[in-house]
Amino acid sequence: MLKFILTRIGLLIPTFIGVTIISFTFIRLLPGDPIELMAGERGIAPERHAQLMAQFGFDKPIWEQYLVFMGRLLNGDLGVSIVTKKPIFDEFFTLFPATLELALFAIVFAVVLGLPAGIIAGVKRGSVFDHTVMGISLTGFSMPIFWWGLLLIIFFSGILGWTPVSGRISVLYYFEPVTGFMLIDTLLSDEEGAFRSAVSHLILPAIVLGTIPLAVIARQTRSAMLEVLSEDYVRTARAKGLPPSRVVGLHALRNALIPVITVIGLQVGVLLAGAILTETIFAWPGIGKWMVDSISRRDYPSVQGGLMLIAAFVMLVNLIVDLLYGLINPRIRYAR
Amino acid sequence: MRRQLWMASVAIAASVAFGSPLSAKTLVYCSEGSPEGFNPSLYTAGTTFDASSHPIFNRLAEFERGSTNVIPGLAESWSASEDGLEYTFKLRKGVKFHTTKDFTPTRDFNADDVIFSFERQGNKDHPFHKVSGGSYEYFEGMSMSEIIETVEKVDDYTVKFILSKPEAPFIANLAMDFASILSAEYADQMMKAGTPEQIDLAPVGTGPFQLQQYQKDAVIRYKANADYWGGKAPIDTLIFAITPDASVRYQKLKAGECHVMPYPNPADIEAMKSDSDVNLLEQEGLNVGYLAFNTEKAPFTDKRVRQALNMAVDKQAIIEAVFQGAGKIAKNPIPPTIWSYNESTKDYAYDPEGAKKLLAEAGVSGLKTNIWAMPVQRPYNPNARRMAELIQADWAKVGVEAEIVTFEWGEYLKRSKAGEHDTVLLGWTGDNGDPDNFLYVLLGCDAAVGGTNRARWCHKPFDDLLQQAKQTADPAERTRLYEEAQLIFKEEAPWVTIAHSVVSMPVRNEVVDYRVHPLGGHIFYGVDLK
Repeated sequence: MLKFILTRIGLLIPTFIGVTIISFTFIRLLPGDPIELMAGERGIAPERHAQLMAQFGFDKPIWEQYLVFMGRLLNGDLGVSIVTKKPIFDEFFTLFPATLELALFAIVFAVVLGLPAGIIAGVKRGSVFDHTVMGISLTGFSMPIFWWGLLLIIFFSGILGWTPVSGRISVLYYFEPVTGFMLIDTLLSDEEGAFRSAVSHLILPAIVLGTIPLAVIARQTRSAMLEVLSEDYVRTARAKGLPPSRVVGLHALRNALIPVITVIGLQVGVLLAGAILTETIFAWPGIGKWMVDSISRRDYPSVQGGLMLIAAFVMLVNLIVDLLYGLINPRIRYAR
Repeated sequence: MRRQLWMASVAIAASVAFGSPLSAKTLVYCSEGSPEGFNPSLYTAGTTFDASSHPIFNRLAEFERGSTNVIPGLAESWSASEDGLEYTFKLRKGVKFHTTKDFTPTRDFNADDVIFSFERQGNKDHPFHKVSGGSYEYFEGMSMSEIIETVEKVDDYTVKFILSKPEAPFIANLAMDFASILSAEYADQMMKAGTPEQIDLAPVGTGPFQLQQYQKDAVIRYKANADYWGGKAPIDTLIFAITPDASVRYQKLKAGECHVMPYPNPADIEAMKSDSDVNLLEQEGLNVGYLAFNTEKAPFTDKRVRQALNMAVDKQAIIEAVFQGAGKIAKNPIPPTIWSYNESTKDYAYDPEGAKKLLAEAGVSGLKTNIWAMPVQRPYNPNARRMAELIQADWAKVGVEAEIVTFEWGEYLKRSKAGEHDTVLLGWTGDNGDPDNFLYVLLGCDAAVGGTNRARWCHKPFDDLLQQAKQTADPAERTRLYEEAQLIFKEEAPWVTIAHSVVSMPVRNEVVDYRVHPLGGHIFYGVDLK
């Protein structure tokens, strides 16, 4: 098992270096430079422009900038944002809990609804339930997030008035964040009703962000279920006279879960990508919104640092998923 | 299923809590984005000024709320010397700086604070010059380092600015956001504590509101400054709920989650007009959208060609299609809300036949050119691509074939500054309500090469008038000079002046006395709630 874990971690290192190179180079390949954008219509004198470029170190060749960046990274320093002048680490870890909280709820929403729906659809293949679930999940999968979010806001917040429109909590609550996770912070604070407000703010964005993963999970569970149910050992289990709930719940499900877990793991990337739009619609102060702003301002340090941290997080989650397989299915850990 | 039920019940419970109106004297403003920081002299974005200079700080002179008139601020009065080179300011007494958890002022505002605020930006050897990145783009952009020779303290409540050349718009410049006055005492304390950048992160000003909390991309919270020299604000708490999407801002406004929102989606305007909870305030913006000819490139060197292409553009159609009616045809390079706007200027009427004739007269036929269209939406031009297409079609009718060109925004600005275009769409939003801020900046000879003068147009008779106006203190005389300059501009036609847009601000009915600020800022001192 240890060897398995070490191999997996070892594989991450080249991937990580690749990510740093890509995130570093791509933002610099975009036309336009941060100074010109900052100046806007007003413009900036060429000498002043050159002076500022030099001040940020953007006048050096890319490879040299990259080496400086990597050198600093090894010392745990990602540099400072050229817009807010704050350290990238601080910016990232102020905003990341918001994204994580939202993503967690989205994935919980997706799993809680998607898994049972997929199982039942698989077991009752061809039934009305099956067709309905598959139809809905196809719709959910093809839904443009922006449109879906706005639609839910207009219906639930605008017309019905059940949920607040946007934000993480009503702005009328005033307390200092401790952990950055709103649900925890509201419980720690002595503001009455704050927790309830935070939960109500989480519902719509979690549904919007969770919709695509929900569709994917439901479809994946169904097809995995179908495949497993036609296996010999399932037939054997049935022939032994086991009750259907045991056959499905114990024998079939455990094997069907392997591809499903892979898919759930892969959804982390999807969630973070979807967070960009979801956070913009719901005014959710997370890293998705921050990345978009940083890219449009050509805030190189924020973009390269932020992308790297996000990539590191996705890799970490995938590593955990890989290790989980090993636990669920011994064949995988012995195969390598 | 149980979870679903639980979530639904929470939703209902929450809606009960949420349905209640916002508490009495808390005004919530759905702002469009996060400020870059809290020291207005370090930044150039309007979003930053809304969150910093307007609520937290004051300047020596201020713009009157809802107008471009300059009124006394931290200076009670001022006088200029005969030659326009010396300005003396009498400072207001008894003005308190905010008391925060890091700082308790021991003295009132005085001349030292004024000197500190300007020296920091203008003097490269000042200990604070390089703090927080040390780029003062507005100070530089308004040429303040060239204009101001020295700032002297005469006594605790008198300050003298010595200028290196006469600059009539000087007082208006001092009312701009970058000229906000910071506390020198706070700066000293933070420098001694080894955390000088703290003065830019945890701001201390003299303004009507004091910063309480900022959570990036979420919320900014201010409380009214009870000791404000102009009297405490009618509201007690001011909250910015940061909401980037315009349609969502409108939903929040409708739901009563905020009282005021900026930059509505043009598509929502009709719905806002018929919304009984919302009052849609409108004001002509202090801006101009234009198409500049590159007057260094043939055939745009010939003013007849420029005039002809002016005549070929159907501006009314542009106002309807691009501005959806929320704009006004521009005939002068300055908007009508600015003093010295020349009413008597005669615009080129839409006349394709006349244009053809004039082009033939200039010996131009089968002209192939380009129109640069901005990739971004700006107040002075909500859809440059569409505008370019309309102009392209209009020009085609007079036999001019134009290709539409666009670049990423930074690249667009850089290349058009370098003069790579034939014709370019751009615009301007005024900084200080002075005509000089449009005419000299956009059309003066100093800006004609590699500067903000995208027409690269340097016309001596026009430039002489602007230079003369800069050195004249008498407003009546300046008005006369600028009026004359506008006539020359129209005759020479370096631009097609297209439109001045109308700014719309939806506010909820319970908001009392919100005024749309012509300079584009969002100001909440003086606003009350029913």
